[in-house]
Amino acid sequence: MKTFRIGGIHPAENKFAAGKKIITAALPGQVVIPLAHYIGTPADPVVKRGDIVKVGQIIGQASGFISANVHSSVSGKVVKLDVQLDASGYKRPAVFIEVDGDEWLETIDRNPEIKRECTLSKQEIIEKIKAAGIVGLGGATFPAHVKLMPPPGKKAEVLIINAVECESYLTCDHQLMMEHGEEILIGVTILMKALEVNRAIIGVENNKKDAIQLLKKLAADYKGIEVEALKVRYPQGGEKQLIDALIRRQVPSGRIPVEVGAVVQNVATTYAIYEAVQKNKPMVERVMTITGKDAPNPGNYRVRLGTYLSNVVEEAGGVPEGTGKIVGGGPMMGRSLMNLNIPMAKGSSGVVFIRDAEAIRKPVQNCIRCTKCVTVCPMGLEPYLLMAQSERNMWTEMEANRTMDCLECGSCSYTCPSNRPLLDYIRFGKSTVGGIIRSRTAK
Amino acid sequence: MEKLIISPAPHIHSGDSVSKNMYGVVIAMVPALLASLYFFGLGALIVTLTAVAASVLFEFLIQKYILKGPVTILDGSAAVTGLLLAFNLPSNLPLWMIIVGALVAIGVAKMSFGGLGNNPFNPALVGRVFLLISFPVEMTTWPVVDPLATTYLDAETGATVLGILKEGSASLPAVSDMIVGNIPGSLGEVSAIALLVGLGYMLIRKIITWHIPVSILLTVAVFTGILYLADPATYASPLVHLFSGGLMLGAIFMATDYVTSPMTFRGMWIYGVGIGLLTVIIRTWGAYPEGVSFAILIMNGFTPIINFYVKPKRFGEKPKKA
Repeated sequence: MKTFRIGGIHPAENKFAAGKKIITAALPGQVVIPLAHYIGTPADPVVKRGDIVKVGQIIGQASGFISANVHSSVSGKVVKLDVQLDASGYKRPAVFIEVDGDEWLETIDRNPEIKRECTLSKQEIIEKIKAAGIVGLGGATFPAHVKLMPPPGKKAEVLIINAVECESYLTCDHQLMMEHGEEILIGVTILMKALEVNRAIIGVENNKKDAIQLLKKLAADYKGIEVEALKVRYPQGGEKQLIDALIRRQVPSGRIPVEVGAVVQNVATTYAIYEAVQKNKPMVERVMTITGKDAPNPGNYRVRLGTYLSNVVEEAGGVPEGTGKIVGGGPMMGRSLMNLNIPMAKGSSGVVFIRDAEAIRKPVQNCIRCTKCVTVCPMGLEPYLLMAQSERNMWTEMEANRTMDCLECGSCSYTCPSNRPLLDYIRFGKSTVGGIIRSRTAK
Repeated sequence: MEKLIISPAPHIHSGDSVSKNMYGVVIAMVPALLASLYFFGLGALIVTLTAVAASVLFEFLIQKYILKGPVTILDGSAAVTGLLLAFNLPSNLPLWMIIVGALVAIGVAKMSFGGLGNNPFNPALVGRVFLLISFPVEMTTWPVVDPLATTYLDAETGATVLGILKEGSASLPAVSDMIVGNIPGSLGEVSAIALLVGLGYMLIRKIITWHIPVSILLTVAVFTGILYLADPATYASPLVHLFSGGLMLGAIFMATDYVTSPMTFRGMWIYGVGIGLLTVIIRTWGAYPEGVSFAILIMNGFTPIINFYVKPKRFGEKPKKA
């Protein structure tokens, strides 16, 4: 079975919510819709206090190339434009809307019937995806349409669908595939058309055998779509790792996937693209997993954007006793949350409750030079060395040792027998080195 | 939910720890220890207990009364050093010499550099070589195999395989005896098969990778094989070299010491090939019959420079064009 060729780990999967039907979360009384995404420029608000909005109505206009439109996820009245602490840990601009009923824009097709035909041109598809504010739902929230417009001279040869869901605990993508496999495949054909490729590969880790089976069966009716089972290995959902696993090409340092002929889209993004293109539905809701070892009711919930996480968690049975940490996203790359008064955003793939005992880091010991961090690093870096150099402000050396290649997957810190905070120091070094590189190229 | 913990990702840990690895090594040494207790009896028991107790005690005393810092004797690293030191000693060595060896290993080779993780040379080997140079007679007078013997200092002695090779004084024991361990030698080195069982355990538990042991053994096999093919009358067969002396012990337990071996697979190959070559050179043309300890210590010295120049295979690294 295929997998990526350098490094990797296999944490306990703990997919407690696997196979749990998607539950549509109750409409909250108020939503706070962030205008900023995890990366890129925040959208400019196009509504003001007192405006009445419908579901799907645009409230934030993309500003700049790496930026995406934002739409209202509810119908009701805009009560204020303000800043709100979000999952990034920063206060950022957001639109506060008081919910009144559930009235959708008339242009949105809410009929659950599957619509297969797509007669739009390549350009029309890209425009629709852009207008719908679709971003990568794996967590990085990179605008989806940007990836469909390769830089001049570069041509995609193959579309790769990231259905790996390599983070432990999370199951939202898995369940989405089980319930909306057909729509996802139509989404794939739309993306293939937009990219003008005739081959697409859906990469799924082998701990989702039912999804692999289902997609394989469905894919038999489509031309050029392959479903590939992958060996369970973290961080296979990393873009470069997934390309390596599926087509045995390694994207060189500092380059983008299309330079080896690949474009990667997440499976949930693909579903959102189906809805945007075929049903005129902008990005107003997504499926997220609420889970944890002691979670009373681990499950997958379809949640409107801007819903406070506390609302969804309450619906899922509340925060379990003895929770020491709440993670927004997966336990390897997610962010620990200060509280649950945080609105869910496009990149919110889950909420994971970590027990007290697991939440506390163990005391740091000397590096025993066991080489385990080097062995597991999926980019072929030397985390022990980068940490030592970061501690000593050796930025030139860190750059020479390719610290900017680090994808912050956390495999090094996860593995370290001495509990050393390898990634903390590497991240710190990366931001400093990144700043040095930017000021150098600015000259 | 009173106060939540905030920290950067990752939020889960493998549960691996220094002590798990160290005690894993101890478990891996049990087969060889049992073999030595069988072949050398009481002497092996006394030497092992003394070496381990002395190593742990010295680490405790130094950490508590000289460094006045945290005491970490429970992490298992001192016990591993003590066991490895014992494995490298003849089972009839006087107690006080063992204690001196442990003091040099822990006090000089390990703690004076800053303790676990900071020592450039393998502590147990420094202890052994110190003893070898200081007490050459006692360190090279090995008891003959006497199953479950009750003798200690007054054990009957005999020459090792490599000693016979150097002196040419007697005929070699059968290779099968070397594999099982039915030969005179340092107490932990004699049974190749028991050491290999330990290697298997460490590989399964992922305590070490195969690169260092395989590169050393392969190099010795190839190098001695070439010599043997060129002149079988002068040079011993690769089998004799592989299963005699401290080669198995060195390749499996000494050279694989985390702290003093390279950090990359490519580096491990360079290190392993270096140890293999130096071992054969010392054994064949050197003054000492055995060279594994020296070979490992010399390559320990090269480890920092190997780490500096030899990088892991980077993701997306372009194949070098000729």
